[in-house]
Amino acid sequence: MSTDSQQNDHHSPVLEFKSSTFSVPVLVLASNDAITIEQQLQEKIHLAPEFFKNSPLVFDLQELNKHDLDIDVTELINIIRKLGLLPIGIRGGVAQQNQQALELGIPVHSGHSTAVSSGTQKQQTPEPEAATPEPQVVAEAATLITHPVRSGQRIYASGDLIILAQVSAGAEIMAEGNIHVYGSLRGRALAGVQGNTEARIFCSDLQAELISIAGNYKISEDLNGAVLNQPVQIYLQNHTLVIKDI
Amino acid sequence: MARIIVVTSGKGGVGKTTTSAAIAMGLAKKGHKTAVIDFDVGLRNLDLIMGCERRVVYDFVNVINGEASLNQALIRDKNCNLLYILPASQTRDKDALSQEGVGKILDELKKEFKYIVCDSPAGIEKGAHLAMYFADDAFIVTNPEVSSVRDSDRMLGILSSKSRRAEQNEEPIREYLLLSRYSPDRVKLGEMLSVDDVQEILSLHLLGVIPESKSVLNASNSGTPVILDEKSDAGQAYADIVARYLGEDRPHRFIDEKKGLFGKLFGGK
Repeated sequence: MSTDSQQNDHHSPVLEFKSSTFSVPVLVLASNDAITIEQQLQEKIHLAPEFFKNSPLVFDLQELNKHDLDIDVTELINIIRKLGLLPIGIRGGVAQQNQQALELGIPVHSGHSTAVSSGTQKQQTPEPEAATPEPQVVAEAATLITHPVRSGQRIYASGDLIILAQVSAGAEIMAEGNIHVYGSLRGRALAGVQGNTEARIFCSDLQAELISIAGNYKISEDLNGAVLNQPVQIYLQNHTLVIKDI
Repeated sequence: MARIIVVTSGKGGVGKTTTSAAIAMGLAKKGHKTAVIDFDVGLRNLDLIMGCERRVVYDFVNVINGEASLNQALIRDKNCNLLYILPASQTRDKDALSQEGVGKILDELKKEFKYIVCDSPAGIEKGAHLAMYFADDAFIVTNPEVSSVRDSDRMLGILSSKSRRAEQNEEPIREYLLLSRYSPDRVKLGEMLSVDDVQEILSLHLLGVIPESKSVLNASNSGTPVILDEKSDAGQAYADIVARYLGEDRPHRFIDEKKGLFGKLFGGK
């Protein structure tokens, strides 16, 4: 080894952070009765002892909190550990439960659960869940299409979809967010395909075969003459599609 | 640099083979060495329309399979010695074609010819796919009726996503619209889509309008490309198209635009 490389060794990094995804079983609780939980968990483990032996586990309290059932998190963690499982996270807990878990070295997983806490009767002041650092939901970048979307072509955008040309009859454009078409919209346009009822469709010339927002749809026969061939926006109001000119 | 032109439509019976024969002849007559290939394996027609069906010995599939050389299979046209025809096989089907084989033949042709016209079969299956895959330019033949226009639109989608140029992220295929079997009288009566209607739906550069004409059938029956019938309207329309493709600026004819405009100006009030 040359002296050069030894000098470099001093600066070369010995660690790096990488992002990775793991598959971990999640224990979803529907009762706060510690004895029953222990009993049933024991039975489950008996079914596949090798699988559960030292298995990491995340426990989910969302269902409990939905029904205002409180649970002693410390006790729960003890049960899980006693049965040979290694709890590595809590999900769907309210602030106090999260705190308890953190004290025992169990990380708090933010999930789909933040809304739950507001429903609990434990006069929770509208305390922001600042304790759990929520991963910032970054808005999906819009997908931009500059060429005509021809018959038979399908385009799916996980965010907004912006099309600067026509969408031909027989074409299908879908977006989880909004759809903008700066040309004739003759094909099928489906916005909010993952259930976003706030999504809208904007187009400069409506001749669509089908328009849909979050599964609520209209076919071209349902479109009256007042909106056909017009620049319009389409949105959802009380589960009904509203088509308004812009 | 040789250019590969595909004549395609999606729908059948719109005039692809008539157009392929006329365009190839037109390009050759202008002094460019041109080859025209029939991709309609199993339903060959191009050799009939070119009037060379009795001179077919080897065909496209023979060349792909290495049973004949390209020079053995190419038939020199009787009217123009710069034009060569590569006929399709009548006894095989489209599965006899392979992308690799077609690519190899086109590469070989490109060394010798200025233009290579690929006459696509109808549909969007293998034959049509291979005919357009290597293309540089696409002539979309459309009749002024909705199903033909819809199929052309579908084909344009395939050209822009499944061609070699699309797959290799090269400059896209240049697409040209040829509106065939056009009858201004029937457009006026509302029985046919107008040029404007079709252009609005396809938003495509119009290379020319070919009028519905008896001369087309006569030419097919006699085995001479209609472009050689210089007195016929269809023949002139194809001559215009070839000239425009080669960069000449020629006004559009056979649309009956003037009558319509005067009708609007003077008749409408």
